[in-house]
Amino acid sequence: MADKLHFALVSPAKELFSGEVDQVIAPGTEGEFGVLVNHAPFMTTLKNGVVRVLEGDSVKMRIFVRGGFADVTPDGLTILAEEARNLDGVKVEEVQAEMEATLLKIQALDKDDTAKGALQAHFDYLESLKAALVH
Amino acid sequence: MPSLKDLKNRITSVKSTRKITKAMQMVAAAKLKRAQDAATASRPYASRMASVLANLSASAGAGGPKLLAGTGEDKTHLIVVMTAERGLAGGFNTYVVKLAKQKIGELRAEGKTVKILTVGKKGREQLSREYGDMFVAHVDLADVKGGNYTESALALGHSLTTRFEDGEFDVATLIYSQFRNVLSQVPTAQQIIPASAPADAPKVDLKGAIYQYEPSETEILETLLPRYINTQILSAMLESAAGEQASRMTAMDNATRNAGDMIDSLSLQYNRARQAQITKELIEIISGAEAL
Repeated sequence: MADKLHFALVSPAKELFSGEVDQVIAPGTEGEFGVLVNHAPFMTTLKNGVVRVLEGDSVKMRIFVRGGFADVTPDGLTILAEEARNLDGVKVEEVQAEMEATLLKIQALDKDDTAKGALQAHFDYLESLKAALVH
Repeated sequence: MPSLKDLKNRITSVKSTRKITKAMQMVAAAKLKRAQDAATASRPYASRMASVLANLSASAGAGGPKLLAGTGEDKTHLIVVMTAERGLAGGFNTYVVKLAKQKIGELRAEGKTVKILTVGKKGREQLSREYGDMFVAHVDLADVKGGNYTESALALGHSLTTRFEDGEFDVATLIYSQFRNVLSQVPTAQQIIPASAPADAPKVDLKGAIYQYEPSETEILETLLPRYINTQILSAMLESAAGEQASRMTAMDNATRNAGDMIDSLSLQYNRARQAQITKELIEIISGAEAL
């Protein structure tokens, strides 16, 4: 059996994935990159985008992440995402509804409210998530 | 000696109290399950974040950003006291406040300036009399629904980092109740700013290889540190929420049991008093009959 890459994707809410895979392609801030087993130690920040998990040549899972970090060590790859969702489980309509709810919350807040930045980031995430779903 | 009617009234009132405490216990048990799950689910993220930070800060050395290296001074301390919004949870809030008071006392004895930021209503109430003039802000958790603390944690983290950058304080310590298990919640003081990786965070053996950073190491640290602080606040909030429910469950369980004991002893007293009255009436009738 060929060596496999240990991959874990965690968000503050839960651990979305942890297991052995062949390859992971992730959206780094300075460009998309792929990680195979025995990759050199490497750390980068991520932008909003799709993390693809590859098993052989086929895409096994697609996870949409917002920001965060990828940390490659000899033990494997760890992605710490601010928010993450498995693309197979979400529907465009749900995202649209959540976007509208978030927008209402943003408008309800005062200008200088500290929570606003966080909500805006959440909204941007949903927007790009929707874009990724439509395509 | 209370009359029969008094005793009956007391028994009814204790019985309804028991119903209420029993209901509160069951509600707390249901909420505890959820809060505990949320606290457990957030742990992998927090621990991985800690080990990433440990790796980074080890290689960054002393020249790191302010959030990691500190202001170089140790004069003004901000104490963040995290308690619950509600009482009736045994000693839960009191223990946290006690630790906070002790900490404040120590810092003042060393001649430091102390500022207090309260999270949760109960801690604010208990501290306001003695230390009301040291309050700088308060975070209300009453709006938090369904255990979703993410927004409050982000807002608090943001406000802390902004205050730090404005030079309002040098060191921030978070005092919260750590959730060990259902029976034990430990009040804990944890320094969150300047951030430090926990000493027990697992170090990765790089086998002689050198880390590559993209973008630069400092930039990564600058994005990572505020998030690390947010994560610590969030997990403290989740643990505190789980601890609150656990503590309330235990307290209400005790209260229910006490009420039960009380009902037993009151019923005994009631039956005795009733029997005494019957005996007395009988004696009166018999002695009345004998006199004839």
